[in-house]
Amino acid sequence: MSVHVRTQEEIAARVKALESILIEKGIMTTAAVDRLAEIYENEVGPQLGAKVVARAWADPDFKQRLLANASKACAEFGIGGLQGEDMVVVENTADVHNVIVCTLCSCYPWPVLGLPPNWYKEPAYRSRIVRQPRKVLREDFGYDLPDSIEVRVWDSSSEMRYWVLPMRPEETDGLSEPDLAALVTRDSMIGVGPAKPPTSAPAS
Amino acid sequence: MNGVHDLGGTDGLGRVEVPGKEPVFRADWEKAAFAMFSMCSRAGFFGVDEFRYGIEQMHPAVYLLSPYYEHWVHTVEHYGEKNGVLDLDELDRRTQYFLEHPDAPLPHRDDPDLVAFVEGLVPAGAPAGRESDRPPRFKVGDKVTVQADSPLGHTRRARYIRGHTGEVVLAHGTFIYPDSAGNGGGDAPEHVYTVKFTGQELWGPEADPNEVVYFDVWEPYIDPAVTAGAPA
Repeated sequence: MSVHVRTQEEIAARVKALESILIEKGIMTTAAVDRLAEIYENEVGPQLGAKVVARAWADPDFKQRLLANASKACAEFGIGGLQGEDMVVVENTADVHNVIVCTLCSCYPWPVLGLPPNWYKEPAYRSRIVRQPRKVLREDFGYDLPDSIEVRVWDSSSEMRYWVLPMRPEETDGLSEPDLAALVTRDSMIGVGPAKPPTSAPAS
Repeated sequence: MNGVHDLGGTDGLGRVEVPGKEPVFRADWEKAAFAMFSMCSRAGFFGVDEFRYGIEQMHPAVYLLSPYYEHWVHTVEHYGEKNGVLDLDELDRRTQYFLEHPDAPLPHRDDPDLVAFVEGLVPAGAPAGRESDRPPRFKVGDKVTVQADSPLGHTRRARYIRGHTGEVVLAHGTFIYPDSAGNGGGDAPEHVYTVKFTGQELWGPEADPNEVVYFDVWEPYIDPAVTAGAPA
C-alpha cells in the first residue's frame, strides 16, 4: 500500500487514465459526466431547500407535512431523488438548535442542498461537531449559542437524510415566499448558521 | 472496521476551514470522479455500502490528506481491479502518459442511454428501503445499548457510540443492512432506529453543556439497555 499523497496534477492524470479505460469499456462517456456535473452545478442546489423552507414558514399546514414526512412534502415541489430518498427535517426553535453531520463519510441531502461543501466532508468538521458542537459553531462559524439552547447533532449514519428547518427571522411578516427564500442560506439548513435577517434581502 | 474514516470524537484534526465561496467542482477531474460513482454503480462495480467500504480501505494517511473526491477514485480502482475490468499496470501506464500529455484528448464514444440514465437517476434516486415482514424488536422510548465489540469488515456502528446507552426516538422501517451489503452479502434488511445519546453519556464530564447526539442504528447494533444490573 503506497503512502504517496498525490499532487493535483497527479490526481488529474490518474482520473483521466481511469476515465479513458472506463470510456473504452462502455461504462462512461464524457457527455454523461458533463450532464451530471451540470445538474449539480446549475439545477440541484440549496435554492431548492430554500423554497421548501420559505413555504414552511408561510404555511403552517405545509410545515406540519414537512416535519411529518419530508420526502413526501418536498415531492409537492417536484423536489427529491438521489441521496434524499428518505429525508427528515428537524426544526429549530427558541429552545433547540439542530446541526447535521456525517462522521463516517459525507452523507448529505443532495435534492435540497446540492453537493456538500468541502468543509462538510473534511476531517475537522466530521471529528469535532459531535464532540464540541458549541465550540465549533462559535469559533469556526461565528455562531454563538447560549447554553440554555439545547444543541442537537444529527449524525447521518444511515440512509436517512437529515436537514434543518431554521427559525424564521424577526420582522418578516409581510414578505412573499420568494423574498423569504432569499433569507435561507445553505448553512442555515446544515445548522451552522441562522437564516439571514430581512435587511439583507433584496427589496420586493 | 476500526478505520480512520470513523472520525466522530477524534481530537487534534484542527479547525474547520470555511472558505467564503467555492465552486461545486474545484477541478475537471472532480467532475469525472463524482460521475464514476453513478456510472460504475450502473456497471455493477458496487452498491453504496461496498463503495464506502472501498474508501475505508485506503491508506489512513492518504485518506486524511487527499482531496475528498480522490477517495471516490480509490474505491473505483479497488472494485474495478477486483471485478477484472481494470488492469492496474495499464492504469499506471496511462497515468504516466496523461502526466506527460495533460491536454491529450479522452477517447470519444457516444451513448445516449448513459445520458438518459443520469437524467433519470437524479430525480428517481436509489432508495435503500427494503420490505421485510420481521416485526421490530424495539419501539420509540426504549433504552438501548450499542454493542461494543469491533467488527473487522464494513459497519456503520461508529466507535464513539459503541458501548453507550441512549433512547430510541424514531423508528424508520427496514433498510439494506450495510454490515451485509457492504461486505459483499445480500440486502438482508433490518429495522433502522434513531437513538438519542446525551453528550455526558458519550464524552463524560468534559462534554459541551446541553448537547445531544442523534445516531441511526440498524437493529443488530443494539440490545436492551442494562440498568442497575438488570435488563431494562
